[in-house]
Amino acid sequence: MTLYLDANATEPLRPEAREAAIAAMELLGNPSSVHAEGRAARRVLEEARARVAARFGGAARDVVFTSGGTEANALAIASLRRGRRVLVGATEHPAVLRAAEGAEVLPVLPDGTLDLPALEHALSAGDPALVCLMVANNETGVLHPLEEASALCARHGAWLHLDAVQAAGRISLSFGGSGARSMAVSGHKLGGPKGAGALLLAPGQDLAPLIAGGGQERGRRGGTEALPAIAGLGAAAAAADPAAAARLAPLRDAIEAALGLEAAGSGAPRLPNTTCLRLPGAAAETQVIALDLEGVRVSAGAACSSGKVARSPVLEAMGLGEGAGEAIRVSLPWNAPADTAERFVAAHRAVRARLRPKG
Amino acid sequence: MTDAANRPAYLDNHATTPPDPRVLAAMRPWWEANFANPASIEHAMGREAEQAVEAARGHVAALIGAEPREVVFTSGATESNNLAIKGAARFAAGQGTDRRRVVTLATEHKCVLESVRDLAAEGFEPVLLPVRPDGLLDPEALRGALSVPTLLVSVMAVNNETGVVQDIAALAALARGAGVLFHTDAAQAAGRIPLDVAAMGLDLVSLSAHKLYGPKGIGALYVRRRPRVRLAPLFSGGGQERGLRSGTMATPLVVGFGEAARIARLEMALDEGRIAGQRDRFLAALEAGIPGFRVNGDRASRVAGNLNITLPGGVDAQAVMAAAPGVCVSTGSACSSASVEPSYVLRALGLPEAEARATLRIGIGRFTSPAEVDRAAAELSRAWDGVRRQLAAE
Repeated sequence: MTLYLDANATEPLRPEAREAAIAAMELLGNPSSVHAEGRAARRVLEEARARVAARFGGAARDVVFTSGGTEANALAIASLRRGRRVLVGATEHPAVLRAAEGAEVLPVLPDGTLDLPALEHALSAGDPALVCLMVANNETGVLHPLEEASALCARHGAWLHLDAVQAAGRISLSFGGSGARSMAVSGHKLGGPKGAGALLLAPGQDLAPLIAGGGQERGRRGGTEALPAIAGLGAAAAAADPAAAARLAPLRDAIEAALGLEAAGSGAPRLPNTTCLRLPGAAAETQVIALDLEGVRVSAGAACSSGKVARSPVLEAMGLGEGAGEAIRVSLPWNAPADTAERFVAAHRAVRARLRPKG
Repeated sequence: MTDAANRPAYLDNHATTPPDPRVLAAMRPWWEANFANPASIEHAMGREAEQAVEAARGHVAALIGAEPREVVFTSGATESNNLAIKGAARFAAGQGTDRRRVVTLATEHKCVLESVRDLAAEGFEPVLLPVRPDGLLDPEALRGALSVPTLLVSVMAVNNETGVVQDIAALAALARGAGVLFHTDAAQAAGRIPLDVAAMGLDLVSLSAHKLYGPKGIGALYVRRRPRVRLAPLFSGGGQERGLRSGTMATPLVVGFGEAARIARLEMALDEGRIAGQRDRFLAALEAGIPGFRVNGDRASRVAGNLNITLPGGVDAQAVMAAAPGVCVSTGSACSSASVEPSYVLRALGLPEAEARATLRIGIGRFTSPAEVDRAAAELSRAWDGVRRQLAAE
C-alpha cells in the first residue's frame, strides 16, 4: 500500500475542501454577474475570503485570491519592491528568489535559520528595504526567527513579506500580529485544491496588479475567480488546525530516532511534519526512486524542480556541501497514518540494504 | 443550488457557462483518488497526474489545431491575455527592438485594454482602432495602422458583448505581411466557431475553460513554435510550463478543461444548430412581446448564441433586469456588471449613451432549453412593459 510522505509538494485534499470544491463546480454563475446565479457564486467567494482571513488573522477585504502561492508571492514582491531595495533569505523558494531578482541574499546559519546579525547589518547599510522571508522552509521545515526579524525590520523602516506557503495550517500563525506588510499562502499546501492561493495584505497596503483585467479582487487581480479552487481553499483553511498538525511531530521524531541519520536543520525549530534525511554515499534521486518502488512517496527537494538532478540549493546554503545531494525530504501529510514511522523505517532499511556498496 | 424547476432561466452564457456533466465526471477522480503534484515525476502518483495533464493538453491543442507543446496552461483568459500582450512586448523590448506600437481594438475585453495601458506606462505605444457600426474592424484601418512599424496586433475573435466574429484569418495575414505578431483573444470563440491556428496564421491565442462548459480558474495560451514566438513570463518560480508560467498545475481544473475541449471539438457543430434554433425561438417570442427592439452588431458574422438587444421605449436595461428576477441576462461584460457606466463596446459601435443603457446581452448556450427561452422571453417582455408603463406614468 502506498505511503504518501510528500506533503510539502502537495497535501492530500481534505474532505471538507473536496466537498466545497465540488459544490462550487455545480454553481453556474460568474461571481461578477449581478443576477441571482452570479450573487450565489459571489456568496461562496466571500465566504471563502472570510474563512481565509479568520484562519490567518487578517481582514477579509485585504485578502486577494490568486492562482496559487507562486503568483501570490510574485504579486506581493513585484508591487512592494517598487522604490525599495530587496533583501531575501538564501533558502527561499524559487518563486520568491525569481520575484526578488537582483536582491541582496541574506545568509542562513548551519541550522537553516536566518542569520539575524547579517540581517541587521544589511538593514542598517542603506535605503529602506523590502525583506522577503519564508515562515518555514519547504525542504527542511526550518522556521526562521520571525519575531526578531520583524522587530529588526520595524526598527529600520523596512517592509516584510512572508512566504507562509509551507507554514500555513501547520503551525499557528497570525499575519495581523506579525508586523509584515503581506503574506502568501497556497491552497493545495493546506489540503485545498490546486489552482488557488491568497495574498494577505496589511490594512491600507496598496498593491499594483500583475494580471490586469476586469476589476476583480478590488482591482488587484483580474480574471474570473477560480471558484471551485477558492471555495476549497476556504474550507481547507477552516479545517487546517495547527493543533492537529502538531500530532505529526512524534511520528517524524520516531523516524529520525530509529534511523539515526543526520537530519538537516534538526537543531532548529521546525514544522512538525518535515524531516530532511541524509544518507551518506547515496544520491538523493536514487533513494527516492528506490523508496518509490517500495510504495513510499518522498522527494529529493522541491517538487517544481523534480526531475532535474541537482544538489539542493537550500542545503548548500546551510553548508552541507556534498551532503546536499544525498538528502531526501520526508513530509508527513495531515492524514498520515498512525503507523507511518514503522512503515517508513522498514522501507528505508530495505532500500539502504540494497543501496549499500557491495564487496 | 436551487431546484431545476425554480432556477432562473440562464441566458448569460457569455459571462460563464455551466459545467458540462461530463466535465464534472472527468474531474471527479482528480478530486478523489489522486491529489499528487504533477511535477512530482519522481513517484508514481505524480507521474499519473502528469499524464492526465498531458492528455488534457492534447485535447486543448486539438481544439485549435495546435501541437500539445504549444499550449501553456494559465489561470484563465485574463491571465493568457496579459501574458501574450505584456510577455511579447517585454521580450521584444529586452531583445532591443525599436518597435513600440501595440495595435488593438476599442471593443476588446477590459483585460486587453488594461494590458496595453500597462504597456504604455512602460514606454510602448498602444493604438486603439475604432470598429464599424456593425462591430467589425475595417481591414483598411489595420493596414493603415501597420504602416508604422508595429510589435503586436491583438484582436478578439468573438466579441464578448455583441458576439460579432472578426475575420481573424484576414487580419492575421495583414499582420504577418507586415512582420508583426498576431494575438487573438478567443475566449468567446473557442468551442463556438472552428479555430485552426495554422490555417488562420495565428501566433498567440487565449482560451478560457469556463466559457466552454469547463471549470473556472483555468485557461491556456497558444504560443506558436514554428517560427517560435518568444515571451517574457508575467512571474517566475518553479519553472513549470517551460518557464512561461510557474506554479503548481491545478490537475482537476486542467483535466476538466481538457474534457471540455474534447467535447467542444466533437459537438461544436451540433451545439451551433441547436443553439441557433433556441435563439430564433427566443427572438420570435420577444418580437411578439417587445415590438421594435433592435439587435446590435453584424447579423451574419456572429456566434449563434449571442443577441445584443437595444430595448425601445426609453427604458433602462438594468431596471428591466431588476423587474425580471427569474431571468439571468446581463447589460454587458460580467466584470463590469456592477458598474453604472454604459458599455464602452456599444459606445464604440456608435450607440448613443441612452441606447447603450437600454441594451441587454443575451447568451444562449448548450444547456438552454426551449422552455427556458420561452420563460425568459415572456418574463422580459412583462418586465419591459412594466418599466415602460411606469416611465409613461411619471
